[in-house]
Amino acid sequence: MSALSLFNYWAVIGLMMLGYYCVIVRGNMIKKIIGLGIFQTSVFILFISAGKVLGGSTPILREGVSVYSNPLPHVLILTAIVVGVATTAVGLAIAVRVQEAFGSINDDDLDRLGYDSQDEDAA
Amino acid sequence: MNLTELMPFSVLIPLIAAPLVALLPGRVAPWLVASASAISALAIAVATWIGVSQAGVLRYAFGNWPPPIGIEYRVDAANAFVALLITAMAAIMLIWGRITVNREVPERQGAFYALFLLAVAGLLGITLTGDIFNVFVFLEISSLATYALIAHGGDRRALLAAFRYLIMGTVGATFLLIGIGFLYIMTGTLNMVDLAERLPAIGESRALQVGLAFIVVGLALKLALFPLHLWLPNAYTYAPSLVSAFIAATATKVALYVMLRFIFTVFAPEYSFSALPLAMAFTVLAIGAMFAGSWLALLQDNLKRLLAYSSVAQVGYMVLGVSFGTVLGLSASFLHLFNHGLMKGALFVAAGIIFHQTGSVRLDSLRGLGRVMPWTLTGLALAGLSLIGIPPTAGFISKWYLISAAIDAQQTWLVVLILLSSLMALAYIARLVELAWMQPRPADAPQVSEAPIGLLAPLWLLVLANFYFGIDTRLTVGGATAAAEALLGMGG
Repeated sequence: MSALSLFNYWAVIGLMMLGYYCVIVRGNMIKKIIGLGIFQTSVFILFISAGKVLGGSTPILREGVSVYSNPLPHVLILTAIVVGVATTAVGLAIAVRVQEAFGSINDDDLDRLGYDSQDEDAA
Repeated sequence: MNLTELMPFSVLIPLIAAPLVALLPGRVAPWLVASASAISALAIAVATWIGVSQAGVLRYAFGNWPPPIGIEYRVDAANAFVALLITAMAAIMLIWGRITVNREVPERQGAFYALFLLAVAGLLGITLTGDIFNVFVFLEISSLATYALIAHGGDRRALLAAFRYLIMGTVGATFLLIGIGFLYIMTGTLNMVDLAERLPAIGESRALQVGLAFIVVGLALKLALFPLHLWLPNAYTYAPSLVSAFIAATATKVALYVMLRFIFTVFAPEYSFSALPLAMAFTVLAIGAMFAGSWLALLQDNLKRLLAYSSVAQVGYMVLGVSFGTVLGLSASFLHLFNHGLMKGALFVAAGIIFHQTGSVRLDSLRGLGRVMPWTLTGLALAGLSLIGIPPTAGFISKWYLISAAIDAQQTWLVVLILLSSLMALAYIARLVELAWMQPRPADAPQVSEAPIGLLAPLWLLVLANFYFGIDTRLTVGGATAAAEALLGMGG
C-alpha cells in the first residue's frame, strides 16, 4: 500500500487541521462557522472512506455482484450532514442577531465593547 | 401495552409534542401541552425505573430490527436513574417557569417551549439509547435546542454566550463523532453491548486508544470538565431563568453519564484505565475544577455566574468519584450527579425568582433582601447548605460517600482537599447569607415584594427534596449503587 493509496486519509487530516485552526484563530464569527464546517466535513470524509471496499461495487442487489462497499457509513453521514447543516444554520442565525445587537461580529470589536465585564446590568 | 413498549415513549412524547407546541398560538396553550408532555414523560420514567429495579434490563428494538442491526433502547439501572432526574427536573421547571417566561420571553412562546421540549427529548434520548451513533444524533438535538434557548436570554450578551457554546459544543460533538468512527471502523458495529463483546478481541490497538481519547475529550467539553468549562459560566448567566435552571440541573449530568457509559460499558474499565492515564488525568482535572471553580465563584458579583462557577467545581466532585474506578467511587459520582441536580436546580430556581421580583441577579441587589423576600432567600440559603454538604441534606450524603470512596481507594489525602473545597463553598454561600440578612436594605433600593406562591412552591419542593434525600437515602443511594453496578456489569 503506497502513501498515495491513503490519499483520502491524508486529505481528512489536512482538512481537519485546517478547519480546527480556522475555528480557533479567526475572530470573525462567519469565518469560525466556515472553519467548523470544514472540520465537520473532514470527519464525514473519514467515515465515507472507511466504507469503501477495494474492488467492491455499489451496494445494490443485482446479478453477478458479490463484493460491494459498505453502505452504512453513507447513511450515518447523511444524518451527520443534516446535523451539520442545522448547526451552521443556528450559528449563522446567532451571528445575524449579534450583528444587530452589537454592530459587529468580530471578536476583537466585541472584546473592546467589554462583553465579559459586568458593568452592563441585566436588562 | 407492556413496559418495554412503553419505555421509548418518554423520549417520543416530548419529541412529537415539540412541533405541535411550536404551532400553538398564545401563551397558555404551548405551556400546557409542554407541561403535560413533560409530566407524562416523568410518569413513564418512574414506571421504567420501577420496572428496571425489578426486571433488570429493558430492551426495545426500533422498527422490530433486532440489534445489533437496528437501533435499540437499552435501559438498565444507570440510565433509568438519570432519566428519572431529567424528567423530574423538566416537569418541575416547566410548572415553575411559566411566570418567568412570560416576563423574559414575551413573544413567540410556542417556539420557546418547543425548543425546551426538544432539549428534554434530546437529553432523554442520549440517556436511553443503546446505540453510539444515536447518542451523537440526540446529543446534537439537545445541544442545538440549548444554543437557541440560551440565545433567548434578555441580555444581549446571551447571544455571545450562545455562540461560544455553539462553537465549543460542536467541536466536542465532532470529537465524539471521530471517536465513534474509529470504533465503527475497528468493529463494524454501533451497538453498545455488541461493541463491549467485540472490543476485547481486538486487544491492543492504537486506533482504539485514539478513539477512546477522542470520545473522552469530546464529552469532557460537553460536561464542562475544567479546563474545558469556558462556555459554561456565560451560558448559565445570560440564559432565561427557566433554561439556566433546567440545564444546570441536567445537561452536564447527561454528558457525564454518556462518558461513563463509554468508559465502563463500551470499553471495559480495565481497558480504559490502562489504555489512557484516565485515573491520573481525572484526579488532577477534578482537583483543578474543585479549586478553580470554587475560587472563581468567590470572586463573582453576579448570583447566576457565582452558581455557574460553583457547578464547575461540583463537576469536579463527580469526576473525582470516577477517577477511583471502583464501585464505591462510581456510586458516589452517580449519587452526586442526582443530588447536585436537586441542589443546583433549587439554587437556580431561587435565582430566577430573585430576577423575576427585583429585575437583577447582581449580588448588590441582594442587600437586605432576606427581610423583604424571606421565603425565597431562605430557600436559597437552605439549598446552599446542601451545596456545602451540611447534614441532614442531600449534599452531605454525596460528600460522605465521596469521602468514603476516597478512603476506600486509599487516597486519604483527597479527603483533605474535598473538605477544603467545601470550605470555599461555605465561604461563597455565607457571603450570600451575609448580604441578604446582615446588611441593611439600601435606601434607594426599588420596592420589591415576596414572590407569588406559584413561583415559591416548586422552589420549596426542591429544597425539601434536598432535605428528604438527606434523611431517607434509600432511593438515591440504592439507585446510585445499582447504577454503578450496572455500569460495571456486575448487576442485572
